[in-house]
Amino acid sequence: MPEIRVTPLGAGQDVGRSCILVSIGGKNVMLDCGMHMGFNDDRRFPDFSYITRNGRLTDFLDCVIISHFHLDHCGALPYFSEMVGYDGPIYMTHPTQAICPILLEDYRKIAVDKKGEANFFTSQMIKDCMKKVVAVRLHQTVQVDEELQIKAYYAGHVLGAAMFQIKVGSESVVYTGDYNMTPDRHLGAAWIDKCRPNLLITESTYATTIRDSKRCRERDFLKKVHETVERGGKVLIPVFALGRAQELCILLETFWERMNLKAPIYFSTGLTEKANHYYKLFITWTNQKIRKTFVQRNMFEFKHIKAFDRAFADNPGPMVVFATPGMLHAGQSLQIFRKWAGNEKNMVIMPGYCVQGTVGHKILSGQRKLEMEGRQVLEIRMQVEYMSFSAHADAKGIMQLVGQAEPESVLLVHGEAKKMEFLKQKIEQEFRVNCYMPANGETVTLPTSPSIPVGISLGLLKREMAQGLLPDAKKPRLLHGTLIMKDSSFRLVSSEQALKELGLAEHQLRFTCRVHLHDSRKEQETAMRVYSHLKSLLKDHCVQHLPDGSVTVESILIQAAAHSEDPSTRVLLVSWTYQDEELGSYLTSLLKKGLPPAPSGGS
Amino acid sequence: MAAHLKKRVYEEFTKVVQQQEEVTTKKLRLTKPSKSAALHTDLCKAASPADALQYLLQFARKPVEAESVEGVVRILLEHYYKENDPSVRLKIASLLGLLSKTAGFSPDCIMDDAINILQNEKSHQVLAQLLDTLLAIGTKLSENQAIQMRIVDVACKHLTDTSHGVRNKCLQLLGNLGSLEKSVTKDAEGVAVRDVQKIIGDYFSDQDSRVRTAAIKAMLQLHERGLKLHQTIYNQACKLLSDDYEQVRSAAVQLIWVVSQLYPESIVPIPSSNEEIRLVDDAFGKICHMVSDGSWVVRVQAAKLLGSMEQVSSHFLEQTLDKKLMSDLRRKRTAHERAKELYSSGEFSSGRKWGDDAPKEEVDTGAVNLIQSGACGAFVHGLEDEMYEVRIAAVEALCMLAQSSSSFAEKCLDFLVDMFNDEIEEVRLQSIHTMRKISNNITLREDQLDTILGVLEDSSRDIREALHELLCCANVSTKEGIHLALVELLKNLAKYPTDRDSIWKCLKFLGSRHPTLVLPLVPELLSTHPFFDTAEPDMDDPAYIAVLVLIFNAAKSCPTMPALFSDHTFRHYAYLRDSLSHLVPALRLSGRKLVSSAVSPNITPHEDPSHQFLQQSLERVYSLQHLDPQGTQELLEFTIRDLQRLGELQSELAGVADFSAAYLRCQLLLIKALQEKLWNVAAPLYLKQSDLASAAAKQIMEETYKMEFMYSGVENKQVVIIHHMRLQAKALQLIVTARTTRGVDLLFGMCEKFLQEVDFFQRCFIADLPHLQDSFVDKLLDLMPRLITSKPAEVVKILQTMLRQSTFLHLPLPEQIHKASATIIEPAGESDNPLRFTSGLVVALDVDATLEHVQDPQSTVKVQVLYPDGQAQMIHPKPADFRNPGPGRHRLITQVYLSHTAWTEPCQVEVRLLLAYNSNSRIPKSPWMEGGEISTQAETSIEGTIPFSKSVKVYIMPKPTRR
Repeated sequence: MPEIRVTPLGAGQDVGRSCILVSIGGKNVMLDCGMHMGFNDDRRFPDFSYITRNGRLTDFLDCVIISHFHLDHCGALPYFSEMVGYDGPIYMTHPTQAICPILLEDYRKIAVDKKGEANFFTSQMIKDCMKKVVAVRLHQTVQVDEELQIKAYYAGHVLGAAMFQIKVGSESVVYTGDYNMTPDRHLGAAWIDKCRPNLLITESTYATTIRDSKRCRERDFLKKVHETVERGGKVLIPVFALGRAQELCILLETFWERMNLKAPIYFSTGLTEKANHYYKLFITWTNQKIRKTFVQRNMFEFKHIKAFDRAFADNPGPMVVFATPGMLHAGQSLQIFRKWAGNEKNMVIMPGYCVQGTVGHKILSGQRKLEMEGRQVLEIRMQVEYMSFSAHADAKGIMQLVGQAEPESVLLVHGEAKKMEFLKQKIEQEFRVNCYMPANGETVTLPTSPSIPVGISLGLLKREMAQGLLPDAKKPRLLHGTLIMKDSSFRLVSSEQALKELGLAEHQLRFTCRVHLHDSRKEQETAMRVYSHLKSLLKDHCVQHLPDGSVTVESILIQAAAHSEDPSTRVLLVSWTYQDEELGSYLTSLLKKGLPPAPSGGS
Repeated sequence: MAAHLKKRVYEEFTKVVQQQEEVTTKKLRLTKPSKSAALHTDLCKAASPADALQYLLQFARKPVEAESVEGVVRILLEHYYKENDPSVRLKIASLLGLLSKTAGFSPDCIMDDAINILQNEKSHQVLAQLLDTLLAIGTKLSENQAIQMRIVDVACKHLTDTSHGVRNKCLQLLGNLGSLEKSVTKDAEGVAVRDVQKIIGDYFSDQDSRVRTAAIKAMLQLHERGLKLHQTIYNQACKLLSDDYEQVRSAAVQLIWVVSQLYPESIVPIPSSNEEIRLVDDAFGKICHMVSDGSWVVRVQAAKLLGSMEQVSSHFLEQTLDKKLMSDLRRKRTAHERAKELYSSGEFSSGRKWGDDAPKEEVDTGAVNLIQSGACGAFVHGLEDEMYEVRIAAVEALCMLAQSSSSFAEKCLDFLVDMFNDEIEEVRLQSIHTMRKISNNITLREDQLDTILGVLEDSSRDIREALHELLCCANVSTKEGIHLALVELLKNLAKYPTDRDSIWKCLKFLGSRHPTLVLPLVPELLSTHPFFDTAEPDMDDPAYIAVLVLIFNAAKSCPTMPALFSDHTFRHYAYLRDSLSHLVPALRLSGRKLVSSAVSPNITPHEDPSHQFLQQSLERVYSLQHLDPQGTQELLEFTIRDLQRLGELQSELAGVADFSAAYLRCQLLLIKALQEKLWNVAAPLYLKQSDLASAAAKQIMEETYKMEFMYSGVENKQVVIIHHMRLQAKALQLIVTARTTRGVDLLFGMCEKFLQEVDFFQRCFIADLPHLQDSFVDKLLDLMPRLITSKPAEVVKILQTMLRQSTFLHLPLPEQIHKASATIIEPAGESDNPLRFTSGLVVALDVDATLEHVQDPQSTVKVQVLYPDGQAQMIHPKPADFRNPGPGRHRLITQVYLSHTAWTEPCQVEVRLLLAYNSNSRIPKSPWMEGGEISTQAETSIEGTIPFSKSVKVYIMPKPTRR
């Protein structure tokens, strides 16, 4: 029995270190290879030893697919390929390929240089790893080997995020990675065609949330920034370097443009400049507006946003500053925050979630006095705002995608177990498909019934089509032909052609049946009666009375003869070929019932 | 010799004019056989199919006359039977279709042949083309029932074809020709009338998506032709909504919409439950669901159609704006709801706290419906869509639905306000316009107003002006709201001083709509103090004028307000009432002599008497046909004066009055010219005194051009009269020239030209000639044969007597007539600061003008620049420079590039607007001009221009070029 097996090594009922193994049609594919932000020990990477106890990973895995550049989807890649050892192909989109190494390098620096970890992957390893990458384009069907093919769809989560369809023969799996069904200021919405996969593996971060319209949030954000700037205050927006930061930049940039504002906007340098460079390059991956206007002006070539210098923080007058990192726990954003916190005219806007223990979390929960290092107490007078800009699909979006792809079953990953439970129930209820939510290390097995394609000769098909008059999708049609199976290919051809190909002579198989009729009249008359009887019954068949006294119905021959022993019985000889088996047996059963009494006044 | 020559000229002339018809028909008879014969020989010559195809292509480039169509068709058919190459047969089939469309040709004769060749044809492409030909024939003979039936039969027969193209065409045929009446008598052979709907419906499940689409389109076509679709189609169409192909889904959405409009009140069951709902509601839900379809084409289609489903129950309608937010399985309120609550609790927004939007109550997991919630949140999705086309469609639909339901209008307000922030300007503009259209149904809350006013800072002029228009008709609920609006508008004024007029106008309406809300603000706005006199504000400050405009307009319907004014306010009122009378209304200020005298008696006379007066005075003129010349002149003068005054007093009658006055003036000029003494004296003596007559002729011509092109709403019957008048003027010109010039050669040309004009007139207005009994032209046409053969001197003589005898034609007044006018707002003209530029280089001058009642301004309105050295330059503004803010109004915002080489001193340049006209464009295209390239050229060219705005002087100073 063919089957699809799915085992999450990470992201099963959990968020972080996404890594899912899929076996389909005898091929093994690994989807994503991420790290977990919550751990600093071995648990931060997926347990690759699960894949094969001893033996090379390359022999076991046919390919690895990375959906996008976030570290929880690609963070373990150098470790996996260089330290554990994998030499097969790694597939990802072009933007991911470009941006991924930057983030990996950054991650490595923090782990090795700041935390002083040993036995971590090196810069060289990142480079070596990236050499194994094969880049794919959107909607391009990539043939991994003769049977396995993959295809990328737009996912809209971050620049270059993609969903992947993995297909072997007629079986297929779609893995969404992270995706977003509502477009934002720089990216479009995820889209997939009706590909009807056997299994859809979807993220479910917001399984129990239906979000408010994005416009309210944007408007609120702009209004707050605008008001503060008009008052002459300074706005600090702590962000992470990639993803949301670009969205907010575009948002502010266009607003500044529209409203003719003059206050400067700064972006703290570092990672960002390199990243912005890539955003400028991959215009085709952005949304409609940016794509359409880039000929006049590339939206990522910011006019109002300039690089930040440390000295600017003390400048008088209003300004807006984007600074890293996003949770105010260290670095430039914290420095600026300390400088500006004392003035009630200023404002800090937190655009994302903050982990407990960070300064960001403290101020968001309402603390107005912070104890800094060296027993300093920082009193916060500036306004603190929270804005949630998130790029995951909400419950409705997930359902929408499931509706678009029309899968046979759904598997949830990348979310919390409790929330998944709700969504699972909903999906099963509304689409009437099976839904699974395996934990890490748990295997889901889906039996499949793959359809086997059979080639049919055109002549045969046309002949058969000519017979039926009206198209009717629901009725199965009977078709006569010969199935030839030859070196794992199947062909359906007409029997004559099959005979010719195989060099066989045609044999005719004829069935003959005698039906005894109680009738004392002459053979001719009996035949006549049979003829009129059949003629009245079989309206849409061609019934003929031949001059030699026999009756034909299509190709079936009926002859009446006298019984050798019993003169009051006539024997009807019914003869038909194998091809007309259906009609022949019907006729005999009809004749066995006897003829209706003669209309004329006989005996 | 000269006489002989002349005679020859006229003889030739005669041929052209008189025997035109005959000549052409003769020519046709000659060409008829030759055309088909030429084709025949060509096709016989063709060695290969490629050659034949070439010949056919060449042949198709030239038109074929109706008379020769049949011959050509025979030749083509003959070749068709012989031809083996399908591509040539295809071309022939398509030619047959084209030919059968020829006007004046009845294609029933090729019908049999077409059906005949159809039956023997093997190639699918040719088959499809032949069916197309049948479609052309069938649509041509749409009255002939029998033929239609035959074609439908043929179509039904080929429906089972294996090629999708053939099936497509068959369905198209059925849709276009399928019989409408159900109870058509049965055919002689007993063939039952086919149920076209059933047949088409069967193909909804065809295996080919293109055929499915064609089937749905055919069904829609049936509907368009007036056949009532069965309700059973609804269920079939609903199934098609989940088709794999976007064209099918898009067409299915349309079909569902059609059925929902036909049977809005029928009841349909909800699957998997016992409940039933109205069909229109069900369809609404289904179309709403399509707003989140995978293909944007379908989304646009669905969003558009939503707007026109007005019978939907309000319960369903309101769902489209409700997404039922939740977070972590707990119900959450939307930001809109929170804003509303904050507002109604009287608290001012305190800035958001962390967790302010924390979800409240738990949601029952069973009750949450994630997909099949029908209309739920359709517009929320549509407005958030990735493609701006979908967003625009959604905004339009919102607008239409909100116009029909005020409760929905109230609800969709928040969403529209959000759209003001869209990234595409078009969408922003559209949503502002939408808001304006529904603003009668809504009252703006303060927080909403706040958001709206935020957009006033937008750098796009269109957006700001649209917003001003919106504020003009917005309802504001509180006095704080008014204050806020005023403050923001003043801010806008400070930032973009060019918006001045638009802002003043906006405040005018804001004031007159909310007098009671403005009243408590007056002391603050005028900064008056109960005890102290405050400083008198600067009268030229646009911001101060803006405030005054608001207050004065509010005071118009609030008699207590003037009591709060201080002395200088009254003075300023008097000044503004005079200088900006369109913005400042007349106030009734008791006890203020100074002001009340300035107020004109504001008694609006009833419309009827003045209109009556107009009619009467005109009739009086027309009835006096044979008064003595002196009396006629006087009467005309008086009437013209009356009409002009009436136009000034009654703005709604200004168009009619001016129009008729212009006509009377023409007549007056004509009469005066004919009264001249010069006619009685021998010609050579009056060379000088003919000035008046020729000037009159010139002036009449000018006036007639103005009458024809400067007024919108002029109908054909007026055009005839105007042209007639012009013809008279031309006759006058001819006579005057004849009298004043000595040479005969010049006269030849003029006579010929004049007669051509007459001929032209006759051709163009042949239908109207019966109305011109006894007129100049009527008589002229009677004498035409004689005129043509006579010498110029004789012609002149005849013309002169006829001019004198001709009666004064009655000018029927059109229903709606408006005079085109233009006002240049920018440049203002009074500036003393010269515009500096380097001579020899280019300087750009911003021109901003409003145009009223100009038809097709893109092609007619031009800008003229007059340089101090008398050089004039005409500039054609780009079509994109014209905006259309309202019916009959246009706005021209453009840049004019000035340049001049020899220029040293600061000088004034004059700028004005011109209306370009071309009298040939109005005349219906004559048949013999068709197909020629000359006619298209003539249409676009400019014959002359009429200045229709005051010219504005711009001071320009050149800087010496640096070497």
